[in-house]
Amino acid sequence: MAVADPIERPADPIERPADPIERPADPIERPAELIERPAGLIERPADRALAVGRRVGLVLLAAVPLVALGLFFCYPVVALIGRGLWSDSGLDLGAFADVFGRSRMRSLVVFTIWQAAVSAGLCLLLGIPGAYLLYRCRFRGQAVLRALVTVPFVLPTVVVGLAFRTLFAADGPLGSWGWDGSLAVVLAAHVFLNYAVVVRTVGATWAVLDERPAQAARSLGAGGVRTFLTVTVPALGPAIAGAAAMVFLFCATSFGVMLILGGSKFRTLETEIYRQTTDIFDLRTAAVLSITQIVLVTGVLVLTGLLRRRAEARLSLTGARAGSRRLGREALPALLVTAAVGVAFLAPMLVMVLRSLQTPTGWGLGNYRALATLGEDNLMLVPVTDALVNSLRAAAIAAALAVLVGVALCVVLARRPRNRGVGRILGAVDTVMMLPLGVSAVTVGFGFLIALDRPPLDLRGSALLVPIAQAMVALPLVVRMVLPVLRAADDRLRQAAATLGAPPLRVWTGVDLPLMARALAGAAAFAFAVSLGEFGATSFLARPQTPTLPVVIVRLISRPGAANTGTALAAATVLALACALVMVAVDTLAGARNAARIGGF
Amino acid sequence: MQNRSSRHRSGRRAAAGLAATTALLTVLAGCGSDAAGGQTPGPAAGADSSAATTAGGGSTGAGSSAGSSSAATGSAATGSAATGSAATGSAATGGAATGGTVTLVTHDSFNMDKKVLAKFQTDTGITLKILAQGDAGAMVNKLVLTKDAPLGDVVFGIDNTFASRALDAGVLQPYAPPAAHNGADKYSIGGGSSDDQNRLTAVDYGDVCVNVDHTWFANKKLAEPKTYEDLAKPEYKDLLVVPSPATSSPGLAFLLGTIAHFGGGDSTDAGDGSGWQQYWTALKTNGVKVTAGWEDAYSVDFSGSSGKGARPLVLSYASSPPFEVKPGETKAPTGALLDTCFRQVEYTGVLAGAANPERAKKVVDFLLSKEFQAAMPDQMYVYPVDDDVALPKNWQQFAPAAKDPASLPADQIAAHRDQWIQTWTDLVEG
Repeated sequence: MAVADPIERPADPIERPADPIERPADPIERPAELIERPAGLIERPADRALAVGRRVGLVLLAAVPLVALGLFFCYPVVALIGRGLWSDSGLDLGAFADVFGRSRMRSLVVFTIWQAAVSAGLCLLLGIPGAYLLYRCRFRGQAVLRALVTVPFVLPTVVVGLAFRTLFAADGPLGSWGWDGSLAVVLAAHVFLNYAVVVRTVGATWAVLDERPAQAARSLGAGGVRTFLTVTVPALGPAIAGAAAMVFLFCATSFGVMLILGGSKFRTLETEIYRQTTDIFDLRTAAVLSITQIVLVTGVLVLTGLLRRRAEARLSLTGARAGSRRLGREALPALLVTAAVGVAFLAPMLVMVLRSLQTPTGWGLGNYRALATLGEDNLMLVPVTDALVNSLRAAAIAAALAVLVGVALCVVLARRPRNRGVGRILGAVDTVMMLPLGVSAVTVGFGFLIALDRPPLDLRGSALLVPIAQAMVALPLVVRMVLPVLRAADDRLRQAAATLGAPPLRVWTGVDLPLMARALAGAAAFAFAVSLGEFGATSFLARPQTPTLPVVIVRLISRPGAANTGTALAAATVLALACALVMVAVDTLAGARNAARIGGF
Repeated sequence: MQNRSSRHRSGRRAAAGLAATTALLTVLAGCGSDAAGGQTPGPAAGADSSAATTAGGGSTGAGSSAGSSSAATGSAATGSAATGSAATGSAATGGAATGGTVTLVTHDSFNMDKKVLAKFQTDTGITLKILAQGDAGAMVNKLVLTKDAPLGDVVFGIDNTFASRALDAGVLQPYAPPAAHNGADKYSIGGGSSDDQNRLTAVDYGDVCVNVDHTWFANKKLAEPKTYEDLAKPEYKDLLVVPSPATSSPGLAFLLGTIAHFGGGDSTDAGDGSGWQQYWTALKTNGVKVTAGWEDAYSVDFSGSSGKGARPLVLSYASSPPFEVKPGETKAPTGALLDTCFRQVEYTGVLAGAANPERAKKVVDFLLSKEFQAAMPDQMYVYPVDDDVALPKNWQQFAPAAKDPASLPADQIAAHRDQWIQTWTDLVEG
C-alpha cells in the first residue's frame, strides 16, 4: 500500500505512475485465480493466433469510422474542391495567387483566426471555473445547473442572434452600451454558445481526476494558486487542449451568429465560402478558401494534439466520487466567476422567453398553445410538437451512432503502440476525425450532392442523411470527452484483469467501461444536445415533410407577424427545455449507476 | 512481453461486437437511403427490381425502428420512405404517368397545406416527394452542379434574380403547361425561341417594398414617405432599416429596385456618381441601418412588429401588413409603400434529365392549379400568377400588390449582380 506514497516523492507528484496494487479493492475481485492461472504469462501458439485476431479486430474497429469519415466527409469535400480547381489543363494553382492577391481575402483569413482564438480564450477563462464548480464540487441542484449550461449550445443560432440583437438594439435593454453590430456582440454570442463545450469536456476529466497529487503539493506548502497552475492545470491539459480546439473550430466556422450579429461587415472564411458557393457560384474561389480553411484547421488540430498528447501520459485518474467535495472557501473565486457568467447567460434566454409570451393580444400562453396546431390556415406541414418528436428521434439516432463509432475509435486511439509508425498513424487518425468540426458545412453539403450521386450511394434524398450528418459533428465531441479518460486509465489494471483470467470483453467491461462510464454518459448526452440543435447540415438535408425543430423555428422566424415570431420563440423555449430535461435525466441516471459501479475502486 | 499481449487482448471482442453493429448500421443506412431516395435512376432499378424491393424492406425496418422521418408522415399521403420504395419498384417496370413517385426540388421557404398536397396524390396517383435545398441561390447552384444526375424531376422556386443562371446552364427542359395562359405567360422568360421561353413557367410573385409603421408616424404627426426619393429626405433621417443585398434576397431585390429606378446599372465604377450609387450615398448620409437578414430587420429593428424596435420604416414585402393586424381590428397598423417595390417572380420547370418527365409535367400543372394557386398567399406569402384566383380577404384589404413595380431583365441581373453587390458593399459598408 505504501509503496509509492505521494508524500515520499515530493519532487514530482504527478508523474508518479499510479499503481493498481495501491487501489483499495481489486476491480476484478477474483484474486484466487492469480495463482491458478500462471500460464497466461507463457506464450503459446494459441496466443499467437489470438494476437493476430486481436490485430485484425482492432484494424476493423478503426476501419469502420474511418471508412464512414472518408465516404461521408473526405470524398465529398475533395470532389467539390476538385470541381473548383481541376480544369482541362490540369490543376489550377494560379487560383491561389488570384484569390490571395486580393487584400480583402487575406484579411478574411487573419480575422477568422483571431476572432476564433479570442472566443476560445474567453471560453476557457470563464469555462474552467465553471467546470470546477459543476463537476469537481458537490452541491444541491448541481445536475440542473449542468443541464442549464448546455442549453445555449442547442439553441438555433438564429434565435441566439435575435436575442442578442434584441438586447443590444438601439432602444433595447442594453442599447446604451453601443454594442449593436460590433465585434463584442459576436464574441459574447460565441462564448454564450460554446461555454458548455469547455465546462463539459474539462469537467468530464476533472470529475475523475486523482486528488492526491494536489493534496501532496498542498501539504508540501504550495499555495492554492500554485497548486492549481502547476499540478491541476497540467493534469487537465488534454481536456483543456481538446476543449480549446473544439471551441476554436466552432467559432472559426460559426455561420449564423457571424451573419446575424456581424452582418456583412465581419466576414470569415466560413461566411465567404458560403457566399462564393451559394450566391456568386464561384467554385474556384470557394475551393481556394476551403483548402485554406482545411489547412488552418489542421494546423490548429496538430498543435493542440501535441499539447494534448504531452499531457495525457501524466494524467492520473481515480474513482468517480473520490475527488468531489463540498463547497468551501476555495471554491469562492470559481463561484464568483460562474455566478457572473450565469447572470450574463440568463439575459438572452430571458429575452427569448419573454418574447415567447408576447402574443398579438398581449401577454399569455397563446404561442405555446399554437405549438400543437398546424397554425392558422394550416400553415405548418406538421405541428411543432411533431417537429420536436422528429428532432428527438434524429438526435437519438445521431447520438447512438456517434457514441458507437466514437467508442470504437477511442478503443483504438487509446492504445500506445511501441511501433512509432503505428503511433503516428493513430495520431493522424485522431486529428482527421476532428476535421468535420472545422470544415464548412456548405462545402460538405454541396460535395455530398456531386460525390454521392450514383447508386448504391445516392443518399441525397435519404431520411438517414440528417442523423449521419449530425453524428459526424457529434463524433469529435464524444472522442474528446472519452479519450482522455480512457488513455489515462492505468494499463496495468487491464493486465491484471487479463492475468487473472478475464476474457478480453470482460476486461473491457470490467475495467475500461466503468472508468469511462461517466465521461461516456456525458458524451452521449452532449452528442444528443449537439444533434438536437444542429442546424447547418440539417437545413441542407432536411425534408420538408419531416422538419426538425430548429428548422421549423427558423421558418417561423422568417415570416412576418407577431404571432409567428412569438410561436418561433415559444418553440425555441421548448427546445431549450427538452434539452435541459434530457441532460438532467442522463446526468442523474449516469451519476447514480456510476457511483454504484465504481464504488469498489 | 506479456504486457503488450494482454493489453491488446483487452478490447478484441468488444471491438468485434462494436464493429459489427456499426457495420450493420452503415448497411442499414445505405439501404434506407437507396429506397427512401426514391429516385434511383431507371436502369439501375430496372436491372434488378427484386433487389429494389429487398432494399425497400430493409429501409422500412430501419425507418420504423430507427424512427426515421418516414414514420412520422406515414399517414400523410406525401412521399414516405415505404411508399417511395414501392414506387421505385414500379418505376422500374414502366414509365407510366400515373402511379409512382415524383421528386420536387425546392427552396427551404416552400410551404403548402397538407390537404392541398394530398389532393395531388388522389388526383394523379403519384406520390409527391419534396426535397428542400437551401435558399433559392443554393438550390439553383445545386441544380447546376448535379445536372448530370439530377436531384429530382421538377423544380419550384427559381426566381428572376437566379433564372439566367439556371437557363444558361441548361438544367431545364421545355414544357408549356396549358394553364399558363391564365397569367403565367406575362412573366415568361428566356431566349427567342418558344422552346427557350417554355423552360421556366411563372407560379407566383412577391413585391419587396418598404413597409411603414402608420402608428409611429401618426403619433409623431409626420407625413409618411411615399417614394424612393422621400426616403433620402432629412425629415426621415435614421428611420429606415434594410437587410443587406450581400446577405439577403429581399435586400438584393431592394437594391435592384433602386437600380431600375435610378439607372446607372451599366456603370462599373464605385462612387462614380451614377444614378443608384448617388442615391445610396444619400441614403447612407440619411442614416439607413443595414442588417444582415430580413428577420432581424423586421422583428428587432422595426417599430411596427413584435420587436417594437426604433425604426418605423423597414424593407419587407407588400404582403406583410395583414400579419400585423390584431384579431378583430379593421385597420392595419402598418402598410407597404407601393412606389418602392421590386417584383420577385418565382418559376417552376421540368429538370433536364428528369427520371420521370411525364410526372414532372403533372407537378407543373398542379402548381398552376386553382387549389395550389389559391393557397399560395397564406402558405408562402406570395401572390398567385393566376389572374382568376381571388386573394384572401385580408390580403384584398391590407396587402394589395404594387401597380407598377420596378423590374429588371433577368439576363441583366445575371450579368451584373455580383458586381453591383460589390459596388454596393464598398459604397455603403466600406
